[in-house]
Amino acid sequence: MMKHVNKKPLKQEPRWQTKISGGNFVDKCHAYRNLHAHALFSSLGRLVASRFSSAMTIIVLAIAISLASGFYILVANLQQLAGNLEASNQISLFLKDEISEARANKFASSIRQNPDIQEVKLITKEKALEEFQSYSGFGEAVKALERNPLPIVIQVLPKNSLENEQALEVLLDGFKRSAEVDFAQIDMQWVKRLQSIMEVARRGVILLSLLLGAGVLFITANTIRLELHTRRDEVVIAKLVGATNGFIHRPFLYSGFWIGFFSGVTAWFIVTIIMLILKHPVENLSMLYDDGFHVLFFGFTETLALLFISSVLGVVGSWIVLHFQLRQLKPE
Amino acid sequence: MLKFDNVSMRYPEAGDVLRNVSFHLQRGEMAFLTGHSGAGKSTLLKLIAVIERCSRGRVLLDGQDLNQAKDRQVPFIRRKVGLIFQDYKLLQDRTVFDNVALPLVIAGYGHHEVSRRVRASLDKVGLLGKEKKYPVVLSGGEQQRVGIARAVVNKPPLIVADEPTGNLDPDLSAEIMHLFEQFQQVGVTILIASHDISLIAQMNHRILKLDHGQLVAS
Repeated sequence: MMKHVNKKPLKQEPRWQTKISGGNFVDKCHAYRNLHAHALFSSLGRLVASRFSSAMTIIVLAIAISLASGFYILVANLQQLAGNLEASNQISLFLKDEISEARANKFASSIRQNPDIQEVKLITKEKALEEFQSYSGFGEAVKALERNPLPIVIQVLPKNSLENEQALEVLLDGFKRSAEVDFAQIDMQWVKRLQSIMEVARRGVILLSLLLGAGVLFITANTIRLELHTRRDEVVIAKLVGATNGFIHRPFLYSGFWIGFFSGVTAWFIVTIIMLILKHPVENLSMLYDDGFHVLFFGFTETLALLFISSVLGVVGSWIVLHFQLRQLKPE
Repeated sequence: MLKFDNVSMRYPEAGDVLRNVSFHLQRGEMAFLTGHSGAGKSTLLKLIAVIERCSRGRVLLDGQDLNQAKDRQVPFIRRKVGLIFQDYKLLQDRTVFDNVALPLVIAGYGHHEVSRRVRASLDKVGLLGKEKKYPVVLSGGEQQRVGIARAVVNKPPLIVADEPTGNLDPDLSAEIMHLFEQFQQVGVTILIASHDISLIAQMNHRILKLDHGQLVAS
């Protein structure tokens, strides 16, 4: 009654199935990729669909991001300015008018004995006058003077090891108390001051960025929370038919990504437009000082960093909400 | 296929909702779950869908103890259970096709496979040709058919329906029940919660009756 043709055992076709079941492996890889692509573009579609509220959120975020990145670029510009000025600890000693050149020489060699001193250079009255005439542009005016008004100057370069501000201060005080010295100053002290101010500004930018970054994070989180609320039914139904948390998270994470990304792009434009407006007057001002100062804009790396950081803030913001709110979204 | 072993469920605010419930549904068996409102029908179904976990006893689905299941295993358990609801729970902003396709998309099927299975499923419930319509333009009976198509599209071994005919008139209800019988004939296990006594009486299937959380007839 049965045909005995097929003696060989039936060969089972290999089935490349994972525990999610269904379809072959390649089909599934495509499906996985499609899921991501779909989540990516459908979340974009939803942003576009709710244009007005998305635009408001993105503009608020963009203003926060542009404040942080604007200060960053401002400090970068100031740093460029300060960077042109070499800092050194050189001390200038202006000797009293009555000190003779011989005594000045003796004083200079006594300074050379000090182990903290690297170099001592004496500038005589004549030499100083010469320099003054050639550099200051007051050559003719100086010639009209009856006598040389310039004091003898001793330039003292402390050893590099004397980086310590206090040690330098002690040295300076010592010079100030010498009978020969009328006036002593560290030449580039103001550069140092500028640099400390820059350091404060840099720290300020970092703190401000952290603060505004946290703001961006929570604004994104709140936006995603609202979206989660409006799509509550969808989430519950998806859970009931066996969606994993990953599947449910995905579109919201992509929403967060888009919000962050577009805020970054908008912030970039805001800062760049402000810089363009400021560029002309700043460079005019700089020309008056005969300085080769050029306004710095966002470079390629900075632009990438800006977009990357804003996108990451968006994703992290939505992740926080998903992590804490999705657990409460239980099907009934 | 589905086994309740001395299951009790206690809510802190409501006390015992289920008390020592035991029954065993064989593979391919169809049963009705009845009882007055508040007898514990919904709670019992929630235990099967792992929306709740029982306080005592064991719920075994296909040999797996649902109480022991880790949270990340729950989605995979739910893929074995086709759930059908009184209010259909359809996504109103998605087409019939997308609604039915949801479990397949979630399970990671490819586009062609999804398309093929969704059509087969809609064909079974008699809605082929309405894929592009939105649920809102369908009648109640049609919407419930979409719900059923979605529940069976992934070919789960167990179908659980909570008052599936609660919002339908008697003729449509009978049709829907007949549809369930067709699935039973191909080996699917079916559990339907309903308080439509007259309808249940017409059909010759096992009846599980709950009264104040206790199984009084089985």
